[in-house]
Amino acid sequence: MKPVIELRTSPHLHAPRSVETIMRNVVYALLPICAYAVWLFGASALALLVTTTAACVATEIFICKMSGRESSVGDFSVIITGLLLGLILPPGFPLWMAAVGGFIAVAPGKMLFGGLGFNVFNPALVARAFLQAAFPVAIMGYTPALAVHRLSEFIPTTFAIPLIKAAPLAGWIEKTRVDAFSGATPLMLEKFDHVHSELWPLLIGQRAGSSGETPALLIFLCGAYLILRRFMDWRIPAAMLTSALVSSAAFYFSDPSRYPNPFFMLLSGGMMLGAMFMATDPVASPVTPLGIWIYGSLIGLITVLIRLKGGLAEGVMYAILLANAMSPLIDNVTQPRSYGARGKEVA
Amino acid sequence: MNWLSSRSFSQGVHVPEFKDATCRLPIRRLPFAPVLIVPLSQHTGAPAVSIVREGQEVVRGEPIAKAGGFVSVPMHAPATGRVERIALAPTARGDLSPAIFIKPYPGASQEILYGAPQDIEHMTPEQIIAAVQETGVVGLGGAAFPTHVKMKLPEGKRVDTVIVNGCECEPYLTTDHRVMVEQPAEVLAGARIAMKAIGASRAIVGVEDNKPDAIDALRKAAAPYTNLTIQSIAAKYPQGAEKILIQVLLGREVPSGGLPSDVGTAVFNVATLAQIGDLLPRHQGLIERVVTITGPGVAKPGNYLAALGTPLRWALEKVGCNAGVASVILGGPMMGAAVGSLDVPLTKGVTGVLVLTSREVNGSRKIYPCIKCAACVEACPMHLNPSRLGLLARKERYEEMENVFHLNDCFECGSCSYVCPANIPLVQYFRLAKQMNRKRKAIA
Repeated sequence: MKPVIELRTSPHLHAPRSVETIMRNVVYALLPICAYAVWLFGASALALLVTTTAACVATEIFICKMSGRESSVGDFSVIITGLLLGLILPPGFPLWMAAVGGFIAVAPGKMLFGGLGFNVFNPALVARAFLQAAFPVAIMGYTPALAVHRLSEFIPTTFAIPLIKAAPLAGWIEKTRVDAFSGATPLMLEKFDHVHSELWPLLIGQRAGSSGETPALLIFLCGAYLILRRFMDWRIPAAMLTSALVSSAAFYFSDPSRYPNPFFMLLSGGMMLGAMFMATDPVASPVTPLGIWIYGSLIGLITVLIRLKGGLAEGVMYAILLANAMSPLIDNVTQPRSYGARGKEVA
Repeated sequence: MNWLSSRSFSQGVHVPEFKDATCRLPIRRLPFAPVLIVPLSQHTGAPAVSIVREGQEVVRGEPIAKAGGFVSVPMHAPATGRVERIALAPTARGDLSPAIFIKPYPGASQEILYGAPQDIEHMTPEQIIAAVQETGVVGLGGAAFPTHVKMKLPEGKRVDTVIVNGCECEPYLTTDHRVMVEQPAEVLAGARIAMKAIGASRAIVGVEDNKPDAIDALRKAAAPYTNLTIQSIAAKYPQGAEKILIQVLLGREVPSGGLPSDVGTAVFNVATLAQIGDLLPRHQGLIERVVTITGPGVAKPGNYLAALGTPLRWALEKVGCNAGVASVILGGPMMGAAVGSLDVPLTKGVTGVLVLTSREVNGSRKIYPCIKCAACVEACPMHLNPSRLGLLARKERYEEMENVFHLNDCFECGSCSYVCPANIPLVQYFRLAKQMNRKRKAIA
């Protein structure tokens, strides 16, 4: 064979990082959180994570097949969606509903827009919003962390049968509880019962909540891993957490008896998971330097407003979805000033 | 490395340097090839006009082509020998262009023909500019733009500072590095000639801090002069791009579509000035240049002084190639052009020859959709939005790219393509878009 030299256009070098490595590392970063969720909430959390992931992957394979495209499961992004969806649902969430959620996340949430890179909203949050509207009771079915028989026994609602009323949770909670537990998350307690929570259990996640949103410290460390390896943009969590801290501090200092401690705001609910793994979805966030800061700050502010002034106890989900919707607009109005640009600027 | 003392710019990328293979190797001369191919167009501007005929004997250093206008330079015989023929020869661009084929005499002493020595101190700026054109020197940093044209300022423009570009931010290349280490006096002599021609009061040499030996050599040579500064700057790509260097060294921003003279400066490459500093006083023409021949595909990488017109194939045979050569690039890996034929000659604008093996080229990286990670936005030294430009290019909205998103400010450094995790050929799209826009304007 005659030796051949290849003709390509410059640049002839490429940084080693690829979409696949980024997504794979996000999966790695989520795994400790998943493991901790299983330890906290038991077999039901494991079944939930497996179900959402399997449903998301199956939906993506099915849609790729139907549309005659090469399967895009290999880029790992659908696995992130599946794991995240499992992590933001209550541990005892009925599996059939979780499977519906997985379908919603991938089919209308992602593939309808054109797949990876084109989705307007974070797919896992689209599914979570859908499930909240469709199954308002089930999505409030929180159970305590570290229940006695959690590893050997499923939470009764896990295997609820479609369209048949599930076994009530109250009895199971009564049976397994370690101490007084009302079935409410710290945010719900704060908002509806004005019961303040200790910060330490929030930090290590030993509290009721969605299966993977509770261990704030662990989530922070997993996110820090991604930031240090440059797989994630640090500015989004920085902007979001700072803005949440500042805006809730403003409320707190205006009336400390009515409003919670700002650090409680950072560590409770889905704030940390949202900041580290949901708001940072690059596809649905802006690309301009100023836009990124605006986007992050907006999420922090809207979350605090919903929590303190709105009807819901938790606001991270809607805050991120709202900011997702605004990010193309933010991008358009914050185009960077190019080097040497003269006078008039075009938005 | 000493990032506190080194100036830098906010964007750009850190590319592995790969300079260790050659940065400590002294410049060595490559023997004459059996046939030298001297294209009449080795520079930007009008081609030179041949003044020799086939069969004529030429002496090394003798003019063999005259400038074809003001934006053009003459050519000089790179070796003593006989003009074999004047015919079309392949060029790195891919087309054929007229060239003078010279067969060096194997037994000749290869003595160089000089003109009458010139005393720079007693020459007027106009005389210096004319003399620079006579040497045939063009931008040796790769652009190959005639140097005397840069020295001739447009009416009403003033230049206070000459910038000497010793960044060499392209990976693999060590041509400028070795020139600075081995010929610091010539570099500074050239800088002083440029200052005089252009009427500037000072010169600043910008050198990336990964070349401490070059900085030392230049500082030693610059000691007697108060108007020459050697400034260490951070090693970062594309620090050596003219507009970026001006911003880093002077804090001035060249307006979009403008020239360095719009902000009172002119930028020259160190190798260019070293040649001027060396050739002008002796009244000699440019007949050879330093070329880094390197890369994993080369057996004996090094910095070689090659006669202009040395065929690439012959040069590579001399340095030896390893098995599995997959790509041969003229210039650096970030902006250089892969050649389709090894029969092209080394010309004035060739800074290096990079030979990559299938391990580096192994190219079929999968292209993913843009995930809007903003890595390209962080990398673009011109503060453009390559992500958006790339999406528009896919939709063939080329006019919008130019009118709204400053496409023409892109100087194709390739930083965006380098960092893109989705492997989107961004800069390649931009080149295509610019071409389409030019075509559309030509038709209109």
